[in-house]
Parts: sequence; structure tokens; C-alpha cells
Amino acid sequence: MSSSAYKSSATSPASSAQNSPVDGCSLRARDLSCERDGRVLFAGLDFLLPAGSALQVEGANGAGKSTLIRTLIGSTSDYHGDILWRGKAFPGALSVMRSELLYIGHNAGVRRGLSPMENLAWYGAAAEDAMAALDAVGLYGFEETLCQQLSAGQNRRVALARLYLPGAPQLWILDEPLAALDVAGVESLESCMRGHLQRGGSVLLTSHQPVNIQPLAKVNLADFQPQESHLEAEYGF
Amino acid sequence: MGSEAVEVSLSKKAQPGKARGVALAAYARVPGFYTLFRTELVLAARRRSDIVNPLLFFVTVLAMMPLGIGPEPEMLSRMAPGLIWVMALLATLLSQESLFRGDYEDGSLEQLALQPQPLYFPVLAKVLVHWLVTGVPLALLSPLLGMMLNLGAEGYWPLFVSLVLGTASLSLIGAVGAALTVALRRPGLLLALIIMPLYVPVLIFGTGTVQAALDGYSFGPQLAVLGAILAVAAALAPLASAGAIRISLEN
Amino acid sequence: MSWQWFHRLGSPRWFYQKSSAWLPWLGGAALSLLSVGVVWGLGFAPEDFKQGNSYRIIYIHVPAAFLALAGYYIMAISGAIGLIWKMKLSFVVMRAAAPIGAALTFIALFTGAVWGKPTWGTYWVWDARITSMLILFFLYLGVMALSGAFSREQSGDKASALLALVGTVNIPIIYKSVDWWFTLHQPATLKLTEASTIDPSMFYPLITMIAGFYLFYAWVLTLHTRTMILQREGRTQWVRELVGASAPAKA
Repeated sequence: MSSSAYKSSATSPASSAQNSPVDGCSLRARDLSCERDGRVLFAGLDFLLPAGSALQVEGANGAGKSTLIRTLIGSTSDYHGDILWRGKAFPGALSVMRSELLYIGHNAGVRRGLSPMENLAWYGAAAEDAMAALDAVGLYGFEETLCQQLSAGQNRRVALARLYLPGAPQLWILDEPLAALDVAGVESLESCMRGHLQRGGSVLLTSHQPVNIQPLAKVNLADFQPQESHLEAEYGF
Repeated sequence: MGSEAVEVSLSKKAQPGKARGVALAAYARVPGFYTLFRTELVLAARRRSDIVNPLLFFVTVLAMMPLGIGPEPEMLSRMAPGLIWVMALLATLLSQESLFRGDYEDGSLEQLALQPQPLYFPVLAKVLVHWLVTGVPLALLSPLLGMMLNLGAEGYWPLFVSLVLGTASLSLIGAVGAALTVALRRPGLLLALIIMPLYVPVLIFGTGTVQAALDGYSFGPQLAVLGAILAVAAALAPLASAGAIRISLEN
Repeated sequence: MSWQWFHRLGSPRWFYQKSSAWLPWLGGAALSLLSVGVVWGLGFAPEDFKQGNSYRIIYIHVPAAFLALAGYYIMAISGAIGLIWKMKLSFVVMRAAAPIGAALTFIALFTGAVWGKPTWGTYWVWDARITSMLILFFLYLGVMALSGAFSREQSGDKASALLALVGTVNIPIIYKSVDWWFTLHQPATLKLTEASTIDPSMFYPLITMIAGFYLFYAWVLTLHTRTMILQREGRTQWVRELVGASAPAKA
């Protein structure tokens, strides 16, 4: 499966020749620990997200999933350890990473005063692409309705429609993308993500429910609870 | 899981993209300045109360003034420049609180901050629209209020011009405060506390312009200083706001 | 890394331990200079031929006003260091400096009012220097209010540091505009650029007082910083050991 994914990635125009399986397009965390309000949420976190594969971050509420995601996208610099994008370390590699990032967070970035079409246009989509993407997430007929008149689930799907736009960036970081979706919506999104993996992209997502995509690695933040040695390292000096 | 099914669903969803070929690399997620500006303008036009309320506040409070200080025309005409300017300042300040709030809450501010491009131009676009929908209407209304407050006729034009220039500076400076407090739940009074002292030079030279004209002097120098303040504010305030937005997003 | 020493300098624990040795010297020097200055200024300096004995309040007023302004820059510069090099300690210094500076500004305002009564016949005059001081006081209050408004400490640190920096850009503009706005003040008592008009017999005690105030400021700032370090780092091993908490830190 994975080898076929790499093969297809090599022929895809979206990805370049530097997509070697190991250190090509990849996001990597090494001995990462994050704190919030002085409390260490997790420590010693290691993972590798190569091109063409997905990673599901698990953990109870408050385990630090959101903090991890905000650290990875560079919204907060409150971490110890290394984050590497294509083998280069943050924060130097951050701007390169961001230019290849599609992030959909808890607040999905949908402006309530705009219609779904206008929202996608704000993200740079051409009209026919936006139409097709909204169609794919089941918002046919709502293209010109203001988002403040749509339900929470529909707003969520407006954000997810960005994933269906052509030429999506290499790395997807999605915070709870499956929440508030019905069964058909989940299936459609999964197939969209599978397609992205086949083109050589990578997906990092948090989800409370099982995600049916391959290859999918999982990392549970509960396995990286801080030990005393980490606290020492934190405050030692 | 069948890779057949993947292939099928993929070909259905991704067809337009494949057809575009080279355009894949040109996938633009960054709205340009014009798009940002137009979007803000559309949003402002759809929230009419945000435009109308500061104006109503401006007019209502100024109508209260003679009730508080008495109707004597000489007294009113002496106080008119200051009163109108202070009220314009308050109206700008009150409308500024929501400048970044909606974008912060729906996550689009974070999306903008993730772009490799600096936040300078998005901030500038928002401030420009804020000025167009609050500062400019305030300036347009000001001669009417000047008339009600018995302002001398030679003061109308300087009042208008100084308000046009000055409210632009106020919007720019206030944006820093709005960005600093956007992560707080109820920033209202705090915003006023941190921004008011920074408004002082604009207030002084704004009223100074009108006063000079009323006293029969040339008001060009005061306007020039207002213009200089605007130039400095336009260069620096969006930078500070951008930094403040990143700090607020980290919260 | 060659920057290691710099970050060590930024370590609150290092500062706390080192400053224990400085404190007695700093405090002793400050208090002795202040007592010399007070006795000299109040007891031995000659009487002013116009203002009589009431001028002697400058021995408090002038140093306090000096430090109020210098303190703002000290606060803003430590905030800037914190923002640029992400040093924990400099944010602590910034936060510690804010209330001290505000208190000094208040002292300057209060002594100015007390001095104003016999000199001008009224406690409050909207004179350029007094007004500027008042605005400086508001700037301090804004920084303090903003730093306290965030539930997350780091956000409060960075936001108030940025506000302090914005304030530094504005202070000269505010001073100049207030100066322009009103020039009913006495000629500056002490100017570094020109020969001072004050008699040497009054001047030397004043210099002593200013030096004493600087040392006193440094002493109080160090004390306050140390207290805040203990509060902030309360959960760490070294603070627990220091204050003799019995419960060891556990994971």
C-alpha cells in the first residue's frame, strides 16, 4: 500500500522529486514536550510523519492535543525539543512548513458574514473549483447562503471543503475533522484524505473516533506523561 | 480497504484539479490586499449596525452636551471643537473593540497568521475599512454638529479635514489596543484605558487645527502635524498590531 | 553555544541567588545617600529668595519625576529584551517595574500639587509638565491593567511588553504635543544640555537625592523582582527547598 502511494506521488505534479520515503516531505517531532500555564502536558514525544502517510493523535480532553497542534503550526513557541520539517528544525523551517500547510483548527476559519462561496474565494479558490468542493461536502444549494444562517455542522463542512479544492498543500493538520459529520460525510472525507495520501501528501489529525485511512500511525499523548526528570530539565538551570 | 474504491472516489473529486495541471502549484491561499479589502468592505456593509451605531452615539452624546453645560451660544461655540473631537475619539474607540474579534473567534485570524506573508497588509486592510465606515462618516457629519453647537463657519472646513486625517490615525492606533485585547473576554474598559493616552497627540492637534482657524490663524501647520502623525502611525501601528495578534493567538 | 551565558543571565534562579549578595550593599548605599540628601537639602541648603522654604519639595519632586520617566524606559526595555530573546527574567523585571514607576509618577504628581499651592495658588494647573506626568501615569496604569488581565501569564507578559514599547514610541510625541499645547510652565529646573540656573548650594543636595533615588529604585526593583520570582516559580524544586516546603516535587 505504502509503496504504491509513493509511486503515485512520484508521478503527481503536486509533489517534487525530493519526496524520498524517509526524509523527504516529512514532519518530525523529537523529544518534544509542551507546557501550558506552567504545567507540562506531555514530554518525550517522538513521531515521524512521512509523505504519503497519516498520523492520528489521541488523548483525553486536556491531554494537550490542541496544544500539540498549535505548537506544530507554530502558533505557540512554548516547547522543548525539536520539530523538523523536511529535516530542518523549527523555528527556521516554520515559514517553509507554513507555505505547504493546510490547517483546519477547532475554530475553522469560516467567516460567518460571508457565504460558503465567498469563504472559499477568500482562500483563493476559483469559482468552479469552489462549486465542486461545496458539492463534494454536501452543501449543494447553499453556496450563496450566509454562513451565519447555516448550522454548526454545515459551517464545519464549509471549512472542510478546502480539502477538496485542487492543488491542496502538502501537509494537512486537522483538529477533529470528523466531529459534527454524518456517516456519509465521514466516508467522503476519508476518501478525500486517502486521495491526498496517494498523491504523496501527509495528514496529521486528532479524532475521538476511528479513522479509516491507510497508512495510519497513532500516537497517544497519555503515553507521554511527564516524568520527574522532565520537570527537572524544565526548571533545572 | 480497497485501493480501487480510493481510485474511483479520487477521480471523481479531484478531476478539476487534474485538468488544471500547472495551476496546482499556484494554489493561492493568501488573499491579496485587494481581496482582503473588498471582503472587509462586504462584511462591513452586511453589519450595518456597526456603521450606524458609532454615528448615533456621536450625535446623541453631542446632543446631550448643551443640556449639561447650558445653551449659551458663546460657551457652546468655544467648546465645540473640543467636544466634537472628544466624541469622535470615543466613537472610534467604542467601535474598535470588535475590529479583530469576529476574525479571532471564527479562526480566520489564525489562518491569516499562518500565512508566510506578514500580517501588516491584512491589518492595514481592516483598519482602512474601519476608517472608511466610522471615521469618514463622522467627519462628514461634523459640520452638522458644528452648526448645532454654534461653531463658527470658518471652523467647518478645518474640522472636517482634521477629522478625516485624525480618525485615520485613531483607527490605526486603536487597532494596536484591539489586537492586544482580542483574546480577553470583556476588554471594553481596558481597551479605553490602554489606548486613550496614546490618542492624546491626535486630540491636541485635531482641536488645535479648528481653534487656529477660529482664531483667524493659518491652520496648515497643525494639519501638517496631523499628517505626520498619520504617516508614522500607518508605518508602525500595523506592525505593532501584527505582533499583538500573534501574542493574542498564542494565548 | 556562546549565548549560553546570556540565557543563564535570564534564569530567574540565577538572578535570585546572585542578587542576595547585592541587596545589602544596594539598600545600604541607597538609604545613606537618601539620608544625606534629605538632611542636606532640608536642613542646610539656603532658602529660595522667591519661594521661601516651599521650594525644598523639589528634593522629592524632581528625583521622583526623573525616575518616573526613566522607570518607564527601564520597564519597556526589559519588556523588549523579553520579547526578542524570550528571557523569563526580563518579563519579571518589567512587571516588577510597572507599579514602582506608577508609584513614583504618583509621588511626582502629588508633590507637584503640594508645591503648586504656595507657588501658583492652586493645587492643579493644566501645565505641560503636569499633564505629561498625568498621561505617563495613565500609561503605567494601562501596562499594569493589561498585564493583569490575562489568565495566562506569558500572554500577559508579552502583551504588556508590547504595549510598553508602543508607549515609548509615543512618549516623546505626547511630550512634544503637550508642550506645544500649553507652555505655562516654569523653565526647566535642571537641564543636562545647558547651564543650570539653580545655585550650586541647592544643586548638590539635589544631585545627591537623584543618585539616591536611582539606587533606591534599583533596590526596590530587585526586591520586587525577587518576590515575583518566588511567586512565579513556586512549584519548582529550588523554590520549595528555599522556602523549606516539606513536600518534595513529584511528577
